[in-house]
Order: sequence, then C-alpha cells, then structure tokens
Amino acid sequence: MEKLISEFSFGLFFWQLFIFVGLVLLLKKYAWKPILDTVNARETSIKEALGAAADARKEMASLQEDNQRILKEARAEREALLKEARTTGAQLVEQAKADAQKEADRILTQAQAAIQTEKAAAIEDLKRQVAGFSLDIAEKVLMSELEDRNKQTALVEKLLKDVNLK
Amino acid sequence: MVNIFKQINLLFFLCFASFTFAKEAEGSSNNLKEEIRAYIQHHLEDTHDFNLLSYTAEDGHKVHIGMPLPVILWDEGFQIFSSSKLHHGESVAQVGDRFYKLDHGTIYRTDAEGTITYDEEHHATNVAPLDFSITKNVFTLMLTALLMFFLFRGLARSYATNGMIAKGVGRFFEPIVLYIRDEIAIPNIGEKHYKQYMSYLLTLFFFIWFLNILGLTPLGINVTGNIAITFALALITFIITNVTAKKDYWLHIFWMPGVPKIMRLALAPIELLGVFIKPFSLMIRLYANISAGHIVLMSLIGLMFIFKNWFGSSLSFGLAFAISIIEVLVALLQAYIFTVLSALYFGFAVEEHEHEEAH
Repeated sequence: MEKLISEFSFGLFFWQLFIFVGLVLLLKKYAWKPILDTVNARETSIKEALGAAADARKEMASLQEDNQRILKEARAEREALLKEARTTGAQLVEQAKADAQKEADRILTQAQAAIQTEKAAAIEDLKRQVAGFSLDIAEKVLMSELEDRNKQTALVEKLLKDVNLK
Repeated sequence: MVNIFKQINLLFFLCFASFTFAKEAEGSSNNLKEEIRAYIQHHLEDTHDFNLLSYTAEDGHKVHIGMPLPVILWDEGFQIFSSSKLHHGESVAQVGDRFYKLDHGTIYRTDAEGTITYDEEHHATNVAPLDFSITKNVFTLMLTALLMFFLFRGLARSYATNGMIAKGVGRFFEPIVLYIRDEIAIPNIGEKHYKQYMSYLLTLFFFIWFLNILGLTPLGINVTGNIAITFALALITFIITNVTAKKDYWLHIFWMPGVPKIMRLALAPIELLGVFIKPFSLMIRLYANISAGHIVLMSLIGLMFIFKNWFGSSLSFGLAFAISIIEVLVALLQAYIFTVLSALYFGFAVEEHEHEEAH
C-alpha cells in the first residue's frame, strides 16, 4: 500500500483525467450521439418496416379473399345464367313443338275437310255418270227389249229392284 | 551484432509478450535473477522516454533504442525540456540555471554534480518538482484517445455516407457498442435513465480495452496497470454516481427504510463506507489484474533466460504463449467488468423505489 502511494504519479493522474474527460466529451459530440441516434433511428425504421410489411400482408390476404369471393359470385352467376338459358331453350322447344303439333292438326283437319268435300263431289259426279250410264244402258236395253210391252215393264221393274243406291 | 539480432528476432517472435530483456545473461544466475526482477519492476513503472529496447553493446556501454518525450516540470514556473537530456538517469540535465536528475523514475532538483541524498529509509531527500511530463503512459493515452476519436467518428460518419449502415472497421465495433447499450447499460441502469451514462460507459469500455490490449504488444506499455490511471477512472465513476444520485439513493444510505430505527443507525456508517469501497474496488481490481498479468508474463519470459536449455526454455515459451492468450481475454474481461460495475453503481444511484416500507 505504501509502495502504491509512493508510486502514485500526480502528473499521470492529471493527464489521465484531462485526456479521458476530454475524450468523453469529444466522443459524445462527434461519435456516441450520432452513432446511438442512427442506431435508434435504424431500429425504429426496421420496426416500422416490419409493421408495414405485416399490414401489407394482411391487406394482401383480404384482397385475395375478396378476389375469391368475387370469383365465387361470378361462377354462381354463370351457373344461374346457364340454367336459365337451358330452361328458356327447353321452353322454346316445347313451345315450338306444341305450335307445330297445332299447325299439323289444323292442316290435317283442313285436309280431311277438303277430302270430304272432294269425296262428296266425286260421289255426286259418279252418281250423275252412273245415272247417265244407266240411262244409256237402259235405253239400249229398252231399245232391244221394248218390242214387247209387257216384257218392258217387267224388266224395268226387275232392274229397278236390283239397283240399290247407297 | 549477432546478439542484437537474436533479441530483435525474439521481440517479434513473442508478439504478445511485452518486452525483451536488457542483455544476454552473463555472470552468475543470481545476478540474472536480480536483473530480471529489476527489469520487470522497471517495466511496470512509467518512464520519461519511449524506450523500445535497450542492450549493452560489446564495448560495455548501454544503448537505448526509442524516442525521447517532453519533460514538463512545475518548479516555480514551467520547465520544459526533452527527456533526452536526462539520459535515462545517467547524467544531469541543465535547464537554465537549474539542474535535474532522474532517479528511479522520479525527477529531482539537484546541484550541478547531480548529487542525490538519501535518508535512512533510502528515500531521496532532494526536492521533487511537480511532474507533468508527457511520459510514455501519457503519450500512450494521447495516442489511444486519438485512435478512439478517429475510429468512432469514422463509424459515425460512415452511417451518414452509407445509408445508416456501418462500413469498414465500424462493422466490428458497432455490435460492441450495441452490446454495451443493450446488455450493460439498459439492464443495470434501466430504460429510463441509461441515456445520460452511455457516453461515459462506451468511452470507458473501449478506453480500458484498447489500453489493456496495447499493454500486451511488444511496445512494453503498462498503462492500465498503473494506479494513477485506475484511480482517475474510479474517481470519475465515483463522482458521476454521487452527482447523479437521486433522493432514494441517499435515503437508503443514511436512513434505510423498512428496518428498525436502531438498525438504521448501525447501517448508515456501513452503507456510507460502501459508497467509497465500491469505486475503490474498481481501482484495485483493474490495477491488480493488469499488473499481475504483466508480472506473470514477464517472469515466464524471464525463465527462458534462466533455464537456457532447449527444454526449459521452450516450456517457458509455451507457458508464456498460453498466458498471453489468457491475457488477451483478461484484457477484454477487465474492461467489461469495470464497465458493468460502473453501470451497476449508476443503476443504484438512479433507482426509484415504489414504496418506502416495501422492503
């Protein structure tokens, strides 16, 4: 201890205090303050950047959800549209079929009516011709046969009996 | 010539060891042991010139390689002259009409013949003027301060030029700065008050660390193993602790809350003593650790010259090498301990207690 005290150099102590305190003050102004400020600023900016990234990720997720939802809606709408179109198409076909049937029926009915009319006309005509033929035949037969009066009457009666018009 | 080369080789060979011995072993081994002891003692002390190595030339005259430093004395006015005038204590320096002589590291005022008288306890009785010389240690302090200033200003500037990212050697030091903030200052002092102590803690840590490391180079410097240096550092910690101390700190020293009144009276002197013991322990711890490291290292190197055979000398070399590596760790550790304990004391000083009777 005594040796320590005798070895103690006041000059060295003085210089050490002077240099060290000076160094602390100088470094504080030119080094530590800017260094710590920068480091703090950097840490804050890193924290902020991380926060912003997290926010962006969240926003991204919500956007994606939106997209998904919109897509789903679009798909549903398409389904609905297709279904509707299919129904409308079927209805149209049905309608067309029904119309066609109706038209066909109508044409058929008209045709039948026409046939009926034609048939009646034809029968009328036939009747007239048959009557004509019959008269001719009857005339001829009568020509040949009506030499005898009795005979003529008998024949006419017999003929008339046979002719049965429908 | 061969001898000189041997020593220079050795000097670089032991790159962590701090010196070479003055001269080759000649004469009896007792003389050599004495000489090694004297050399170690001499190395631990501060000197007035920056001596790299000394040896005795073949014609028997001592040769010193190094550079002189300015001597500044307060002897009824400043006396400034070069330490080369003192010739390592071998001759008397004349400055104006005064004469000075160097004796065992102290400059005394003498007569023209350089007579120094001693009392019974072998203390010189001559007047020793106040010595403000730029000694080897002061020179090293200045060098370290300059180095630190440019290093850390460079780091601060590299942030500005490189977009907030350290460049070059700053990349190595930036994590250490952050470590001191996050692992030393904030946990010990607290988030609220640590900022005002950061400049001191950072400067303190790097200052002690750099000087410790410089002490392990072959330049033969022993700054942090000097009691004046550690006293100055401990004194600053002491002053800062007590100046920034809050009311609670003094309350806990003089009137400890939560204990019986009679105990408060008994505790007060003990606590008060603690105020002084804390920085005192800082001073002694750093001084003792660094001095001891230097003594052990140099003794091991000295052993090489005592053994003087390939086995013993290589063994001492191996030991010296291992101790050097440990000393590099001690250099860092002591800087760390000094800084942590300072931070801890500052933490005590600004600690705020929620409730007086809560203890």
